[in-house]
Amino acid sequence: MTAHAVGDTGVLTGRSLRHILRSPDTIVTTAVTPIALMLLFVYVLGGAITTGSDGSYIDYLLPGILLITIASGVAYTAYRLFLDLKGGIFERFQSMPIARSSVLWAHVLTSLVANLVSVTIVVGVALVMGFRTEASVGAWLAVAGILVLFTLALTWLAVIAGLSAKTVDGASAFSYPLIFLPFISSAFVPTDSMPGPVAWFAENQPVTSIVDTIRALFAAEPVGGDIWVALAWLVGVLAVAYAVAMSIYRRRIG
Amino acid sequence: MTAQATREPAIRVRGIEKSFQDLPVLRGVDLDVEAGSIVALLGSNGAGKTTLVRILSTLSRPDAGTATVNGIDMGANPGRVRESISLTGQFAAVDEVLTGRENLVLIARLRHLRNPGAIADDLLARFSLTDAGGRRAATYSGGMRRRLDIAMSLIGDPPVIFLDEPTTGLDPQARIEVWQTVKKLADGGTTVLLTTQYLDEAEQLADRIAILHRGTIISSGTLDELKRLLPAVEVTYVEKQPSLEDVFLALVGEPSETDTADSSDRSATTQKGSR
Repeated sequence: MTAHAVGDTGVLTGRSLRHILRSPDTIVTTAVTPIALMLLFVYVLGGAITTGSDGSYIDYLLPGILLITIASGVAYTAYRLFLDLKGGIFERFQSMPIARSSVLWAHVLTSLVANLVSVTIVVGVALVMGFRTEASVGAWLAVAGILVLFTLALTWLAVIAGLSAKTVDGASAFSYPLIFLPFISSAFVPTDSMPGPVAWFAENQPVTSIVDTIRALFAAEPVGGDIWVALAWLVGVLAVAYAVAMSIYRRRIG
Repeated sequence: MTAQATREPAIRVRGIEKSFQDLPVLRGVDLDVEAGSIVALLGSNGAGKTTLVRILSTLSRPDAGTATVNGIDMGANPGRVRESISLTGQFAAVDEVLTGRENLVLIARLRHLRNPGAIADDLLARFSLTDAGGRRAATYSGGMRRRLDIAMSLIGDPPVIFLDEPTTGLDPQARIEVWQTVKKLADGGTTVLLTTQYLDEAEQLADRIAILHRGTIISSGTLDELKRLLPAVEVTYVEKQPSLEDVFLALVGEPSETDTADSSDRSATTQKGSR
């Protein structure tokens, strides 16, 4: 049966990607909020913000905006999974001789594809707005790798939400704090401008280390120890979320 | 039917129990379904019909008891059971975003069949959905959706099919279409276990009827056997009035069920007028 796991996951991923193609608004709305934030902060608020770096404010801002894009994008993953569970199609899949986990993996891979498309749109707009980078191909790949890990970690959190939600609204509500988290980090302003306890929180929550790492990679500067803190957070959250999601899933399918 | 009595049943259920929290839903269900027959599980809402079907289609585990499908034990080997069954649940399990044809192709791919496109086209034709095949399932009527749902369940020719309340919520024509489909399935050798709360559905379709009440099968047999449980027949003369269903179907110009669904081995239907 496991020999078919990859093929089954591929077929089911094709199915949910088709869902996205037929409602492209899910990708557009995912990209709209971060783009609006980017416009607001670059053209309205950014002039008053001192980042202490040489580059333009948009160079400083983009990493955090990309994380917000992904945090709002995974809400749709929870939403799609929830709808599958509510309709009969999930039970049909479960009563068929297909690999049990392929249903979940299909949603995870779809989330990855959809979020990478949204992120690409946001990066495109940022380039038009004057974002410039010195990053080498290697640094771009490292950024892509970190964003993929970030998407996977948040997607497995979304799977937990989708599996345990009682209502459609509940399924996507989990993403609000995730979207808000970058605001209390180094994503918009340097943490040393914040009062003590807030600065302490901002410096020690995962978003700051991830944002600082991506910013350093874009600026072609050494990433220092930040990348290891970021990777530890990402892999840690991913592992815990995956384990919890799988145990809920196994209980759910009996 | 009696000639087949010695064969291994396609579905064998022994002592199945299931509770939800403290509420016992099934309290020791025993049931045999002969290969190639249609058995109707008759019961009112809350009798445990859906719970039993969910257990038999490996979606839920019983608290006690055993069940085998085609001789394969459900508890020990649910993966292999899934290869010989198909479930059509209470609510049409179609993907509304996909077209009818894409739904069929999806299932054919997941069953690892060759030529999924050809399989889909063949089923669309068999279920009179060819014209609608390119439309999204969300645009289908209830009857069309149910037909697509059943068509999806037939992909890969599973020998055992579970139909959970296949006609609930359908209009009379759609019901008859579903009945005809189910009969054709059984004629082709498929074993069908269906649940229903409609007495006439059980009467029309089933070779055997099992009555599930408060978590146990309180009675089962052919329609004639069940009728013999009551006092001897009293002959009375009743004017045969057309039922409202006959009138409705005559007015809208569709064939009445007694024209299409009557078959030689079901003398039961001739008694319809006397109810």
